[in-house]
Amino acid sequence: MNAEFDYMLKRTVRGVMSRREFMGRASAMGISAAMASTLLASAARAEGPVKGGVLKAGVSGGESTNSLDPAVAASPAPFAVSMLWGEMLVIVNEKGEVDPRIAEEISSNADATEWKFKIRSGVEFHDGKTVTAEDVVATLKRHTDEKAQSGALGIVQGISEMMAEGDMVTLKLASANADLPFLLADYHLQIQPGGGYDNPNAGIGAGPYKVVSFEPGVRAVFERHANYFDSSIGHADGAEILVINDNTARTAALQSGQVHMINRVDPKIVELLKGMPGMSIERAAGRGHYVFIMHADTAPFDNNDLRMALKYAINRQEMVDKILGGFGSVGNDFPINAAYPYFDASIPQREFDLAKAAEHYKKSGHDGSPIILRTAPGAFPGAVEAAQLFQQSAAAAGIPLEVKVEPDDGYWSNVWNVEPFCASYWGGRPVQDQMYSTAYASTADWNDTRFKNARFDELLVAARGELDGEKRKAMYSEMAYLVRDEGGLICPMFNEFVEARREEVGGWFVDPTHELMNGRALAKCWLTA
Amino acid sequence: MHPILKMVAQRVALGLLLLLAVSLLIFLGTEALPGDVAQAILGQSATPEALANMREALGLNQPAYIRYFQWLGGILTGDFGVALTNGQDIGQAIGQRLGNTLFLAACAAAISVPLAILLGLVAARYNGRWPDKVISGITLSTISLPEFVAAYFVIFLLTQVIPIFQPVAMVFPGMSFLDRLQAVALPVIVLVLVVLAHMMRMTRAAILNVMQSAYIETAELKGLSPMRVIWQHAFPNAIAPIISVVVLNLAYLVVGVVVVEVVFGYNALGQYLVDHVAKRDLPVVQAVGLIFAAVYIGLNILADVISIIANPRLRHPK
Repeated sequence: MNAEFDYMLKRTVRGVMSRREFMGRASAMGISAAMASTLLASAARAEGPVKGGVLKAGVSGGESTNSLDPAVAASPAPFAVSMLWGEMLVIVNEKGEVDPRIAEEISSNADATEWKFKIRSGVEFHDGKTVTAEDVVATLKRHTDEKAQSGALGIVQGISEMMAEGDMVTLKLASANADLPFLLADYHLQIQPGGGYDNPNAGIGAGPYKVVSFEPGVRAVFERHANYFDSSIGHADGAEILVINDNTARTAALQSGQVHMINRVDPKIVELLKGMPGMSIERAAGRGHYVFIMHADTAPFDNNDLRMALKYAINRQEMVDKILGGFGSVGNDFPINAAYPYFDASIPQREFDLAKAAEHYKKSGHDGSPIILRTAPGAFPGAVEAAQLFQQSAAAAGIPLEVKVEPDDGYWSNVWNVEPFCASYWGGRPVQDQMYSTAYASTADWNDTRFKNARFDELLVAARGELDGEKRKAMYSEMAYLVRDEGGLICPMFNEFVEARREEVGGWFVDPTHELMNGRALAKCWLTA
Repeated sequence: MHPILKMVAQRVALGLLLLLAVSLLIFLGTEALPGDVAQAILGQSATPEALANMREALGLNQPAYIRYFQWLGGILTGDFGVALTNGQDIGQAIGQRLGNTLFLAACAAAISVPLAILLGLVAARYNGRWPDKVISGITLSTISLPEFVAAYFVIFLLTQVIPIFQPVAMVFPGMSFLDRLQAVALPVIVLVLVVLAHMMRMTRAAILNVMQSAYIETAELKGLSPMRVIWQHAFPNAIAPIISVVVLNLAYLVVGVVVVEVVFGYNALGQYLVDHVAKRDLPVVQAVGLIFAAVYIGLNILADVISIIANPRLRHPK
């Protein structure tokens, strides 16, 4: 790159030259817009963070029923709030690796049944106390208590013994699990003083920002935690999370500068936003996926030919284009994609094939009565439309699907995991084992496809304790084939996190772990102007 | 006892009785919702054990009538209880949000009521001529717009085209009065647009009705100016129907503006209620429902009393 371009780049990063002017001049020099944009982003990061200011995020997915208790956080706003005030033992980084946080070193015995976490010295809670191994153990213990209603209950239940000794936390597992560090990066497991037993809603943790005020479903205000152990994040003096559930208002708030970044941009308006000066669209391909699930033990779905017929009769690419607006990728009827470690990319993509669908349907001997597919607007964004598309393409193969739209109210209690065929979604999990254990093991409570396969269960347990990467990958591959070719899951698409930020936000990078840079966007970004 | 005082006392007593009936209806209504609280709180990720524990902890295993009387007893002693979902004290949360609701309603009323009456008087004065037609045309088209369309329109116009206001209207403790006014500007504009027509048309109709009377003709024949005839002779006799429609709209501004609240992210009671309905947080739903009912009944009593006071025949019954 020549000297003039470098000069322009520096001026733009410092805000002397506008982005628009920079892009214009770059294209005049024969540099593609995508290239110029990439160079600009890396230059902005190289320039280094700017301290000060108050960063604000407009977040969809908060209710006045929320609390600060990290155990019960479930929607996007409480997630983002807890990732700012809280700190965990470890975190999954943007490359899908485990980064140490409160734990400084992690080690396990040879068969992955006993794990040791060395607690970083001098990490301070917002109330001035130092984080100890006892706090860590107490936190994990609180989540094992069913009364805490923790979203991480399933994770901590697998730990049979927890011990704190000096600066060392030792966790003994009931059965081997090579993925334990990934599981402990679950966002419910924010370390709290004394485990949060006294007041789980206190909002006191060891994270980069302290809670100044919190009004559920409205706003959370933060100030920087001056004694935070990691000086590489936490640049702004303060941060705010505003809950703006309405798409239009959230977008308008970003445009008018009332907030600096928003989550969940409506795919329909991405193109419009892109064209506006000072806006940047950020996409991250995560592990979340939208599904249609059949109970493999209930007629007529207990017939694998019928299941295969339906799997061939869905037009995945059309769904990605029309339901996700192109912001996603096609699924392959197992819940894993390239965002997971040990993903086998050689598994052939299942194509939309009406002839095969018709053939399997005929072979299934189904009587031709309508097959009822239940859906609801809240099953996933666009779930009703997706079901209708499915109905159309199935009809072309001679399969009589009937779409029944259910109310959002009570959908998760009356339809999902109850009715034999319905629309749903999964947010994904950091590792394959957790995803499969949660929803595909024969004994799992949320086995929402009633998939019961002895060979699969056997592989699941074996892979969990397997420390040899190659062998493990082969096992996961075999499991993927089992779910794909025999299971009750129709997975048409993996969705992306589509977010937007203003140009004055520096330091943004793609983190597919969870939305808003795994909830840390407000801590890792900075205000350039 | 003065007949008016007696009447007021009767109305209030009736209102309280009505409120009791409403409380029962609210309770039965929330009982009839599909799904249960525990499932709604824990969502898609609920295990059977967690559900059972939650039901136990929330006291959902008790029969409904026992829960009703426990709740009613709490309300009568000023204890609304705590929200099932996040353990917040309901009385406290409602207090703050009710303040926000009333602030928004008061701002919208302060603009819309005088404006609607004034426009109604003008429309009546120029009955059938162009000012009447313009006023009716504009107000009828604003009332015909769904609230969220009007809201998106003002967001577009006043934050994007002419960026003078902020699209998100949240208010917080510690904000100055002027900041609050600035924050609620857009929702107030939308609410004014929505309620204007109803009150304006009623004012116009009531005045025109009175204008048929013989004494108006007398006043005109005395040579009084048309505006003076309307203001001094027609308006006082048309006040009863105008008051009742104004009060009806006030009640709407307090209890019926949840769509506007949601669009502008305004943290008031409507949104609070809807969030808790979705999570089956019965104590909150019942408390807010009761408050809304009380506001409605209270304002209706007020309307009755004012129209009786405004009417000499009712004020001095034989």
